[in-house]
Amino acid sequence: MYQILAREDLSKDIHLFRVKAPEVARKARPGQFVIVRGSEEGERIPLTIADWDTEEGSVTIVFMEVGTTSRKLACLKAGDHLMNFVGPLGQPTEIEKFGTVVCVAGGFAIATIVPIARAMKEAGNKVISIMGFRTKDLVFWEDRLGSVSDELIVTTDDGSYQRKGMVTEPLKELLQDGGVNRVIAIGPTIMMKFCSLTSRPFGIKTIVSLNPIMVDGTGMCGCCRVLVNNETRFACVDGPDFNGHEVDWDLLMNRQRTYLKEEKESLECWKKSVSA
Amino acid sequence: MPEKQKINLNRASMPKQTPEARVKNFSEVALGYTQEQAREEAGRCIQCKKPRCMDGCPVGIDIPGFIKAIAKDDLPEAVRILKDKNSLPGICGRVCPQETQCEMTCLLAKKGAPIAIGRLERYVASWEQSHPGVVAQKKESIKSNGKKVAVVGSGPAGLTCAADLAKLGYKVTILEALHVTGGVLTYGIPEFRLPKGIVQREVNYVASLGVEIKLDNVIGKIATVDELLQNGCDAVFLAPGAGAPMFLNIPGENLSGVYSANEFLTRTNLMKAYLFPQYDTPIQVGQRVAVFGGGNVAMDASRCALRLGAKEVYIVYRRSEVEMPARAEERENAKEEGVIFKLLANPRRFIGNEQGRVTGVELYEMELGEPDESGRRRPIPKPGTEFTMDIDIAIPALGTKPNPIIPSTTEGLELTRWGTVKTDEATGRTSKDRVWCGGDMATGSATVISAMGAARRAANDIHAYLSG
Ligand SMILES: Cc1cc2nc3c(=O)[nH]c(=O)nc-3n(C[C@H](O)[C@H](O)[C@H](O)COP(=O)(O)OP(=O)(O)OC[C@H]3O[C@@H](n4cnc5c(N)ncnc54)[C@H](O)[C@@H]3O)c2cc1C
Ligand SMILES: Cc1cc2nc3c(=O)[nH]c(=O)nc-3n(C[C@H](O)[C@H](O)[C@H](O)COP(=O)(O)OP(=O)(O)OC[C@H]3O[C@@H](n4cnc5c(N)ncnc54)[C@H](O)[C@@H]3O)c2cc1C
Ligand code: SF4
Ligand code: SF4
Ligand code: FES
Repeated sequence: MYQILAREDLSKDIHLFRVKAPEVARKARPGQFVIVRGSEEGERIPLTIADWDTEEGSVTIVFMEVGTTSRKLACLKAGDHLMNFVGPLGQPTEIEKFGTVVCVAGGFAIATIVPIARAMKEAGNKVISIMGFRTKDLVFWEDRLGSVSDELIVTTDDGSYQRKGMVTEPLKELLQDGGVNRVIAIGPTIMMKFCSLTSRPFGIKTIVSLNPIMVDGTGMCGCCRVLVNNETRFACVDGPDFNGHEVDWDLLMNRQRTYLKEEKESLECWKKSVSA
Repeated sequence: MPEKQKINLNRASMPKQTPEARVKNFSEVALGYTQEQAREEAGRCIQCKKPRCMDGCPVGIDIPGFIKAIAKDDLPEAVRILKDKNSLPGICGRVCPQETQCEMTCLLAKKGAPIAIGRLERYVASWEQSHPGVVAQKKESIKSNGKKVAVVGSGPAGLTCAADLAKLGYKVTILEALHVTGGVLTYGIPEFRLPKGIVQREVNYVASLGVEIKLDNVIGKIATVDELLQNGCDAVFLAPGAGAPMFLNIPGENLSGVYSANEFLTRTNLMKAYLFPQYDTPIQVGQRVAVFGGGNVAMDASRCALRLGAKEVYIVYRRSEVEMPARAEERENAKEEGVIFKLLANPRRFIGNEQGRVTGVELYEMELGEPDESGRRRPIPKPGTEFTMDIDIAIPALGTKPNPIIPSTTEGLELTRWGTVKTDEATGRTSKDRVWCGGDMATGSATVISAMGAARRAANDIHAYLSG
């Protein structure tokens, strides 16, 4: 069992847990993930390692409430325990001195891009971060991402805070201005797809962190297979980072939708049991 | 001269659930011998002076010994004899391919009626379970020798090596990647063939010997093999199995609704998707399911699909039934339950709809040519025989290969060209100092008992090395 040391609510449906897992903390690197299972009946779900503290022996995860599992997790509080917490899994993000790196993040992924931006900065890069939200109320960690970036751009879809529009617009301008050596984009699949489409004409390598459905997270089931450069890869062992210009996005999105019907059924069953 | 004993050639048959009943549940198909049946079957053994049956058992169980104890109604003695060589009798009695091992070399096999060694072994294990505490466990008598061994993986190989070394006084820690122990016994072989309660009971026995079990530990990630050696382990035994699924590599294989057999079985067995939505992990079966392959894994997947509610389940195999690697008993069970064998057929591509879901498969017919290296007749495509089948779910069950996580993070560990760890068969030694390996990781997919045999040899060699 893994104790939740602290919980923070970053916005209405995005939550942070600091979880006691000293051995995972010792080996964690930016870009890796853990597999979490909340209870005996629970599903195994992958969540990116958003931060870690070797002294405290803790690993931070940040998750968004979408379906049954993430909503069940959202019912837990500091002091409660997670059944399983496996990691660090996947390959770490490639960190090197590239020159200028643009880090783009949307939604829950703001938290997960912080350690990457920090490592990129420590490696001697100029880091420009772009964070996107639907609306002002959902904005979080502007200060934290700002503190590890040389420049920070915030967008909201409805224009209620800072710049109005999508993250792809400032990204495009930066690429047009020139001097960008690498783009990292993490967030909803659709956002990563459009960031990749935006950078493609400029020929600037764009790393995305793919989020297919997973079961074991160790290369044993093949559920997480994605098509990259026309080759089937297992995102849990070969990724989750891949070159966004080579990803078959439509396939990924189709596979993510596999269980829509079951997910709805599961959520209804859970809601019924909670209200009973 | 005593009068020559008349040999009884009537094997006591095994009671089973009826096919109609069992396709509706995940309970065990075979129900096990009653005391009378066990005694009757044990009484058939002629107690050979040179028991050939033992040549067929990779862990060298004293087969006539435990059978005699059953015949004499001394079941505690039968338990002791079995456990002396095999920590997992309830498992082996159920899943060993006895017809190619102990029962094949049994003297009476020539007469077509080998002693049902596996069924008797299973009977003894069940007896022990229902008489807890009758056979004292050894723990108190074990004296620690102060040396530490890490075992990677809790499948049959890992459990056997851990038990053997613990009995010799080693401080053993098993490191397991998943949230449950047992390896393929837990995530692969279905409940109706090997109840998970039995696996956990035998794991508990291993733990009762003082073995520490750490779950959620992916070696190569949370710690490397070198780190285990640096942090106080005197030796490491690698038993991570060969768990990476293989695919057909044909167009359409990434459509939704195409599952590797590993994923299908893992969702069903490990994650208990058959209890969805009480359990959170979903699985889909639809109406028509096609499983590709002819091994035990294909049988297990097809029989799970029926139990999950599929109406028509096909096994598509490119050779004929005689070439199928699956055990005869499992083929029979599958057919009885209504699995349809589509032989001499091979898939060319999967067909999908707008949403990216599989809706069909295009196949072509095969015929058998000359025997190939494996001695089986080679399947050859018949041109112009393409046809399509409508399906909702496709399950390639083509076997598995070693997972790259440990090889890619362990320096100096030599591999074969199949990606398995180069291992000395007699001792389990690898190219790396103080690292041993056994089970599927050393041989590629094989059997439970061969993995256990390899683990036993490695345990002996580790002991010889560390006490030498
Ligand atoms: C490597 C990786 C890292 C991730 N990191 C984060 C993160 O840091 N924070 C975060 O909020 N989310 C992250 N995700 C996504 C997260 O795993 C899913 O949101 C979560 O599993 C949804 O589960 P649910 O039961 O709440 O929702 P459901 O209702 O079951 O599903 C909603 C959607 O989530 C996806 N999903 C469902 N089950 C799984 C599964 N077992 N594995 C992956 N995706 C699934 C599907 O596309 C589905 O349509 C990550 C995914 C991957 C692969
Ligand atoms: C569906 C199916 C049906 C089968 N039916 C039969 C049968 O009827 N009879 C028979 O004799 N054989 C059968 N087999 C084959 C048999 O199960 C295997 O040969 C046997 O389990 C191999 O044992 P093992 O200990 O080497 O590996 P496994 O049983 O594969 O166990 C390996 C364990 O190591 C863990 N592991 C992997 N990587 C790591 C890591 N990096 N760190 C920590 N832990 C790790 C895995 O999670 C797993 O728990 C079947 C196999 C399958 C898949
Ligand atoms: S362990 Fe397997 S091979 Fe050995 S005697 Fe038992 S059933 Fe036969
Ligand atoms: S070979 Fe057969 S008959 Fe002879 S001892 Fe072994 S089990 Fe009994
Ligand atoms: S999640 Fe099972 S192989 Fe990647």
